[in-house]
Amino acid sequence: MAMEAWSRFLDTFFNLDVIERYFPAIMKGVVVTIEIAAAVVVTGTLLGLVLAIVRTFRLIPMNALIVVFVDMFRALPPLVLVLLVYFGLPNIGINLPSFAVLWLVLALVLAAFAEEIFWAGILSIPKGQWEAARSTGLGFLGTLAYVVLPQAIRLTVPPLTNRTIAITKNTALGTVIGVGEILNQATTAQSFSGNATPLMMGAIAYMILFIPVVVFGRLLETRFAWRRV
Amino acid sequence: MTTGTPPILEIRGLRKKFHDVEILRGIDLLVLPQELVFVIGPSGAGKSTLLRCCNRLEEPSAGSVQVGGVDITARSTDINAMRRQIGMVFQSFNLYPHMTALRNVTLALVKVLRKPRAEAERLGMAALDRVGLANKARSYPGELSGGQQQRVAIARALALEPKVMLFDEPTSALDPELVGSVLNVMRELKRGGMTMLVVSHEMRFARDAADRVIFMDHGLIVEEGPPQRIFSTPSEARTRAFIAELGR
Repeated sequence: MAMEAWSRFLDTFFNLDVIERYFPAIMKGVVVTIEIAAAVVVTGTLLGLVLAIVRTFRLIPMNALIVVFVDMFRALPPLVLVLLVYFGLPNIGINLPSFAVLWLVLALVLAAFAEEIFWAGILSIPKGQWEAARSTGLGFLGTLAYVVLPQAIRLTVPPLTNRTIAITKNTALGTVIGVGEILNQATTAQSFSGNATPLMMGAIAYMILFIPVVVFGRLLETRFAWRRV
Repeated sequence: MTTGTPPILEIRGLRKKFHDVEILRGIDLLVLPQELVFVIGPSGAGKSTLLRCCNRLEEPSAGSVQVGGVDITARSTDINAMRRQIGMVFQSFNLYPHMTALRNVTLALVKVLRKPRAEAERLGMAALDRVGLANKARSYPGELSGGQQQRVAIARALALEPKVMLFDEPTSALDPELVGSVLNVMRELKRGGMTMLVVSHEMRFARDAADRVIFMDHGLIVEEGPPQRIFSTPSEARTRAFIAELGR
C-alpha cells in the first residue's frame, strides 16, 4: 500500500520518461530566464543608481518626478504592469516582443526599488563625511564619487540583493504573455504530458539558479562589511 | 602684533541667520600669519558657526571673509580652490571609514591637486609623519584610537599645505588620556608657523599656546586679549562668569 503510494508520487513528480522528453525544453527556459534576469539586474540597478544620483542634486521638479515614478512602480503588482504594457502598447502602435515587455517592466520595477535603497544609503552617510571632503576642496561630484557612494553602496548590498532576487523571480510572470522562460516551458510540457513532473523540473531549475545567488549575496554582505568607528 | 602685516584671515561684519535666529550678529576678527587664536564661549555662542563660515561650510548671511586677501564670500571666487588653502579639523574627525589612513590623506592630493599617485603618497606619508602616525598609514580609521583618528584628520588637512587651519573642538570627542597627543600635534604646528583658529575648551593649552583668546557670547565677540589676561583678569562680567564656570 505504502509502496503503491510512493510509486504514484514518483510517477507524478519524478517521471523519468517525462524528464527525458522535456529536459531540453526546460533547459531552453533556463537560458531565457537567465538572459532576462541578467538584463533586468544590470539595467534595473544601474537606472536605480542613476536616479538616486540625480536626486542628490535636489532639483525639486526632477525629484518630484522620480518620487512619483518610484512610488507607482513600487505600489503596482508587477503582473498588472506586464499585462498593461503587453496589451496596452499595441493600441498606440508600439509592438514590443514579449521578451522586451518583461525585461522593460521588471527593470523599471527593480530601478524603482533600487533607487529608494541607494537613496536611503546616500542619506545614511553622515553629513560630516560631505563636510570633510568638501573642506579639502573636493567638489560635489567628487565627494559623491569617492567618499559618499563607496560607503553608501556597501550599505545597500544586503537590501539590494534581497530585492534583486525577489524581482528576478518575477521573470516567471513572462509565462502569461508567452515568454519562453522556465515556467512557461514547464506549464506547456505539463499540459502536453498530463504529468506534473515538468513543473517539478521547473522548481528544481529555479532552485539551482537562485540558491547560488542567495549564497553569493550573503558572501557580499560579509565581504563589504568593514569595521565601523 | 605688528601693524602692517597683512592678515591671513580677515572677517568683517559677519552675520549668520538660521531661519529667524541670528547666530552671528556682526563679527570682526583678524588673524595674523603664524597666530594661534583661541575662541571660547558658552554653547550656542556661535563659535562653530563662525569657524564654518570661514570656509563656507555655512553660507554667511552678511559680511565678508577674506583668506590671504581673497574674499571667499564673493560670487566670482572658486570656493573649492579656496577651501584647499583652509584646513579644517572637526570634532568628530570625519575620516573616510572605507579608506586607509594614507588614502584619507592623499584623496584630495590626487583628486583636487592632481598630484601623481607616487608624489601624493610621498606627501601623504610626510604629513602622517608630522602627526607621528607614519606607522599607521595602512590602518583603517576603525582600527585607530580616537586620538590617532584626529591626528590623521589633521594630517589630511595639513597635506594640502593650507594657509590657515580651523579646529572645531578637536579634542571634545576624545577620552581624556588621548587629548594630550592631539594637543601636542597642534603645539608642533604652532611651532612650525601654522596660522590657526581654534574653538576649544582646553584652557591649559590656551594658556601656554594661544597668542590671543576671543570670548564669544550670543553671536558677538564680548572681549579678546592675551590668554593670561582673559583667564586671570577678564574685564567683562560674562567672561568672568564663564571662566569661573569652567574652573569648577
